[in-house]
Amino acid sequence: MSEVIATNQTILVAGGGISGLTAALEAAECGKQVILVEKGPTVGGRVGQLYKYFPKLCFPTCGLEIQLRRLKANKNVRLLTMAEVTGISGEAGNYTASIKLSPRYINENCTACGECGKAVEGEYDDEHNYGMKKRKAAYIPYNLAYPQRYVLDPRAVGTDDGERAKAACKYNAVDLDMQEETLELNVGAVVWATGWKPYPAAKIQPYGYDRYDNVITNVEFERMLDPFGPTGGKIVRPSDGVAPKNIAFIQCAGSRDRNHLKHCSRICCMASLKQTTYVAEQLGDACKSTVYYIDIRAIDRIDDFYQKVQKDPNVSFVKSKVANIVSGSNGNVVLNGVDTEGYNRYANDHDLVVLATGMESTVPQGVFPEGTVINEHGFIDLEESNGAIFGAGCSSDALDVNRAAQNATAAALRAIQVVTKVAAQEG
Amino acid sequence: MSNQIEKYRRSFLSEVEANVEEGDMVKMCMQCGVCSGSCPMQNHWEHPPQEIFMMIRAGKREEVLSSSSMWMCTSCYNCIARCPRGLPITHIMHGLATYAKRLGLVPKEQPTAKFGQMFWDNLSKKGRVNELKLGLALYFMNGIGPGIKKSLEMQDVGMGMMKTGRMNPMEILGGHSIKDTAGFSKMLAKAFEIEEGNIKNNG
Repeated sequence: MSEVIATNQTILVAGGGISGLTAALEAAECGKQVILVEKGPTVGGRVGQLYKYFPKLCFPTCGLEIQLRRLKANKNVRLLTMAEVTGISGEAGNYTASIKLSPRYINENCTACGECGKAVEGEYDDEHNYGMKKRKAAYIPYNLAYPQRYVLDPRAVGTDDGERAKAACKYNAVDLDMQEETLELNVGAVVWATGWKPYPAAKIQPYGYDRYDNVITNVEFERMLDPFGPTGGKIVRPSDGVAPKNIAFIQCAGSRDRNHLKHCSRICCMASLKQTTYVAEQLGDACKSTVYYIDIRAIDRIDDFYQKVQKDPNVSFVKSKVANIVSGSNGNVVLNGVDTEGYNRYANDHDLVVLATGMESTVPQGVFPEGTVINEHGFIDLEESNGAIFGAGCSSDALDVNRAAQNATAAALRAIQVVTKVAAQEG
Repeated sequence: MSNQIEKYRRSFLSEVEANVEEGDMVKMCMQCGVCSGSCPMQNHWEHPPQEIFMMIRAGKREEVLSSSSMWMCTSCYNCIARCPRGLPITHIMHGLATYAKRLGLVPKEQPTAKFGQMFWDNLSKKGRVNELKLGLALYFMNGIGPGIKKSLEMQDVGMGMMKTGRMNPMEILGGHSIKDTAGFSKMLAKAFEIEEGNIKNNG
């Protein structure tokens, strides 16, 4: 790869999701030099895995496409994919960041023609679809992926598949000798935006995510709606591929719970309400949705959306955190609990259960200089002692896309102030 | 006026906070219902724990303290393990039962309360539980007829226990005791005195 140039007037942005992209672009469009580091082979993050955004129900590809256009047009951003920040030392205005570059095994010559993908035989779990389907050993993560360049799975290197991919490539893009590299970069400020991961649903033992086929997570449900997703855009039960008739959405699955995540993940109420509209749109009167909740947290203007969903006669609400799930007949499951409006015991049969799993922070331990404040929920607090390390998006709190973008812009502005000061001192 | 509102809002909750073991945690309940749904005795509750906590906050003093609900708790600790906010529900239930007993508000013929009393009377005499007497007292709790019936039903089990040395028929004549029963009685009397003092101070 060509040389990466960074100085203490450069801003390092870790994470290429919607927050990282936004922070990088805002800073770059203000004329600052930015290095954007993404661990995966493409930018886009969790937003690229969504079907629609609430509350306007537009497609995320739209918002993401705008960011990608801005990114392609801006010379001030240097994007590094397959790259991970492994350590930061120093102080505001003068940090050294260590970056690990994993081999992609496919270089800049790639035209995304797809011949290597056709040639290889090995298949692996598709991360973009949360393992709900397989992808080839040589692949492009998804249609909107940027950079539009193939990746060769490291597990295929050294096997016949690696050689097959190399032989199929007409552009000499497959380089099986690529090695892991490390970079040491001098930067003035860091915006940390590595986002979130879904809370591992199997840890919520009474809900039996690992025991029942028809208990899935909200992120998996979201993938079902993608026309290029694992079910071709159809809402189906994983056990038999049949359209469900009676879906349960369980809120706070792993959030607001001392045994799991203590914080409210903030997005899940709206995510489930949004997903009931998917059900209404695709299955109409043929499918009922029931939302089990402690309280619905749809605040300010998104309350209109809640009211709209409440008016749908096919959607009902049960004020109760489900106590446990047991297996029923025909692949169905039975939800047990006691509701808070009348304290009635219930044992409700559902043919598909969607767990509204919470957001777990991905802020790592042991990467930041001493004094960086990571709170009990794993988010980076805004503190003086952090120097010029700023959490953005879901590295600073559990946020929806809208707030994450606002938050990232704020983080970019803070980083800009630091490097501007450095520039002033250096003249 | 404001004093009256305060009284209306807080009086019973404050009373529970002052007198019931870990009663100060009652206000932490967020009414999710996991405790009620997780309780193995849930079909026998008059009011599930979640409802009891709401009733405390709503000031329903008589209904809470004369409820049979807290007497149904078997201390399985499922609710504590599952509570998203870490409320010590089991402890609060036993605390409420103790407080209701102290005030004489336990429902008449509440079997768990009766058994509790029986167990205590049995234990406090000699410092050891006399299982033979306790078992018999339990069988005859509801009268001579049902007692004889139950005894006959359990005859085989009893014989088996005697054969294997798990039950001594001579226990009926008084039974074994700890070495220093007088000291034990003194200790209990002191504990009562301290407890009475606490009640007076908090009460």
